[in-house]
Amino acid sequence: MKTKRNYYVNEKGYFGNFGGAFVPELLYPNVDELNQNYLKIINEASFQKKFHDLLKDYVGRPSPLYYAKRLSKKYNTNIYLKREDLNHTGAHKINNTIGQILLAQRLGKKRIIAETGAGQHGVATATVCALMGIECVVYMGKVDMQRQLPNVERMRLLGATVVPALSGSQTLKDATNEAIRDWINNIDNTHYIIGSVVGPHPYPDMVMQFQSVISEEMRKQLLEKTGNEEPDYVIACVGGGSNAAGAFYHFLESERTKLVAVEAAGEGIHSGKSAATSVLGKIGVLHACKTLLMQTEDGQITEAHSISAGLDYPGIGPFHAHLHETRRAEFISVTDEEALGAALEVTKLEGIIPALESAHAFAALDKMKFKTTDVVALNLSGRGDKDLETYIKHLNAVKQH
Amino acid sequence: MTRLKNTLTKKDLLNIYFTAGYPNLNDTSRIIEELQASGADMIEIGIPFSDPLADGPVIQQSSKVALENGMTLNLLFEQLKDIRKHVTIPLVLMGYFNPVLQFGVEKFCAKCKEAGIDGVIIPDLPLDEYLERYQSIFEEYELSNILLVSPGTSAERLKKIDEASNSFLYFVSSNSTTGNKNGMQESKENYFHRIKGLNYPVLIGFGIKDRNTFEEACKYANGAIIGTSFINAISGEGLLKEKVNTFISSIKDQAQLTHNSIL
Ligand SMILES: Cc1ncc(COP(=O)(O)O)c(C=O)c1O
Repeated sequence: MKTKRNYYVNEKGYFGNFGGAFVPELLYPNVDELNQNYLKIINEASFQKKFHDLLKDYVGRPSPLYYAKRLSKKYNTNIYLKREDLNHTGAHKINNTIGQILLAQRLGKKRIIAETGAGQHGVATATVCALMGIECVVYMGKVDMQRQLPNVERMRLLGATVVPALSGSQTLKDATNEAIRDWINNIDNTHYIIGSVVGPHPYPDMVMQFQSVISEEMRKQLLEKTGNEEPDYVIACVGGGSNAAGAFYHFLESERTKLVAVEAAGEGIHSGKSAATSVLGKIGVLHACKTLLMQTEDGQITEAHSISAGLDYPGIGPFHAHLHETRRAEFISVTDEEALGAALEVTKLEGIIPALESAHAFAALDKMKFKTTDVVALNLSGRGDKDLETYIKHLNAVKQH
Repeated sequence: MTRLKNTLTKKDLLNIYFTAGYPNLNDTSRIIEELQASGADMIEIGIPFSDPLADGPVIQQSSKVALENGMTLNLLFEQLKDIRKHVTIPLVLMGYFNPVLQFGVEKFCAKCKEAGIDGVIIPDLPLDEYLERYQSIFEEYELSNILLVSPGTSAERLKKIDEASNSFLYFVSSNSTTGNKNGMQESKENYFHRIKGLNYPVLIGFGIKDRNTFEEACKYANGAIIGTSFINAISGEGLLKEKVNTFISSIKDQAQLTHNSIL
């Protein structure tokens, strides 16, 4: 018998040794307000009804669980894809923004801010703000604005103001800094919709709860399709870790299900251009959260690298740091090249163009061994429309070889 | 800490913040000495961090330059080794928690004591974490942990912060990152009501940038902290000594004339 572990957040906001709320006193009132209220509000019947109605009629949930026949054949196993790519706005991110906008409304907030990497969370935030008629400001690293231009245009079309983050590596980490600074300067009327399971408690737990609809549906769908609620594997990519947290949540206590978290190795784990935090990270504090972080010996946060803007973050959320430390999840890292290769392959085999982030999860299949009877559930977190330019470039480069 | 407590019995205290390693890597002790010579009452030495999320653009930039110059916590303690041979005014380190955590909290406190550092300000080390994990270590090394209070801090929480303090409370003038807004956000009535009955004196920081805002803050508190506009003042051309001197006298001479302080 394995000893039963606790994978959930405790009353102090920690997952094991990770988490907490390392906020400057300036933000304490807001974070405390959220902390005092989030569970109460989320569990209200009226909140649940609004949340689930919107997920159904606006987002298009439940998202299908699709048996990927040709991919299964290739790996000689049984692969099911959880189709978060079919959600409105094209990724899992909207599950969380719907939840948080309803919460913000209940707390009487009049202005929304967000950070975004790939732009998917920014688009999902701008979308729910348009839906509710609330002002929206999205911070995005200048580098990310260039590589995900269509999403910048989408956010603007939706009425959001997109502010370039010009500091540091001009990617997700810096956009998050700018959003936190905005919040400090506008605490009275503003809610900060964080896009992943990062930041101060209660964000990691709150975002995970909103995303847990993914695994809630998966259990029902797996039962229907395989006769068992629990698969042998759940595989998901990890940037901050929200889609993985949502896909893992209802399987945490399953003895059968192995959880696989896929990180971006960038140009190679030890190339100096990587985002493989579980290998390269050490415990530290960033964005008001104690977790695994890529940093120098002197405690300066280092710049992450991944071809995928959504995975380009020098840390992982505290929940994932805890899963890593307790070995509840296995961590695999995938390079830029491997992710690109997997994206093009899935496109050809299944007629699905995955987001670059999700392509990392597909690339992990190559590094695993399956039995023919295994049931493998892979969270297809988003679609690849935003990455077409990168894919086309890669395809042309491959052709020239 | 006695040094700090003695100084805090006075009024109109001018506390200057600068980022260690800026403008040049080895300016630290010179800036401290010039500040003392020019009449600053206390100094906050900033430990640069890659992600200073409570700071506005000016301190972000000084931190970035300091890190590019090669500043580290190890080097800072090296630079401060002999500082107490010349400097008698209170010295406080200010920085984000992660570099301290990596250095080792206990080792950090020991090094502070060795160098004659009187206190520290760690804006992202919240009260509860401090009380639960670190208070006893700080006290063992006689290092004062100076806690921030914001306009949004509740009365109940302010009381807890006061109880956890042992030198002064750092009141943030407005809901703002450093160098962003001007002067006091709260009305005087409200503010005086809030600080009534506190055990420790108050210094005000974040929106203080010139003689006017300094004098105004001194009407509320024992003194004020200036960071951003001092960084700006030492960023331009000219001799460091003159830049420091000009800046301090632009604030302090005038301030000393104002003895209508309510305290
Ligand atoms: C499609 C997609 N998948 C995954 C991620 C990574 O985020 P997380 O790890 O929080 O799921 C992103 C982030 O932008 C994304 O757009």
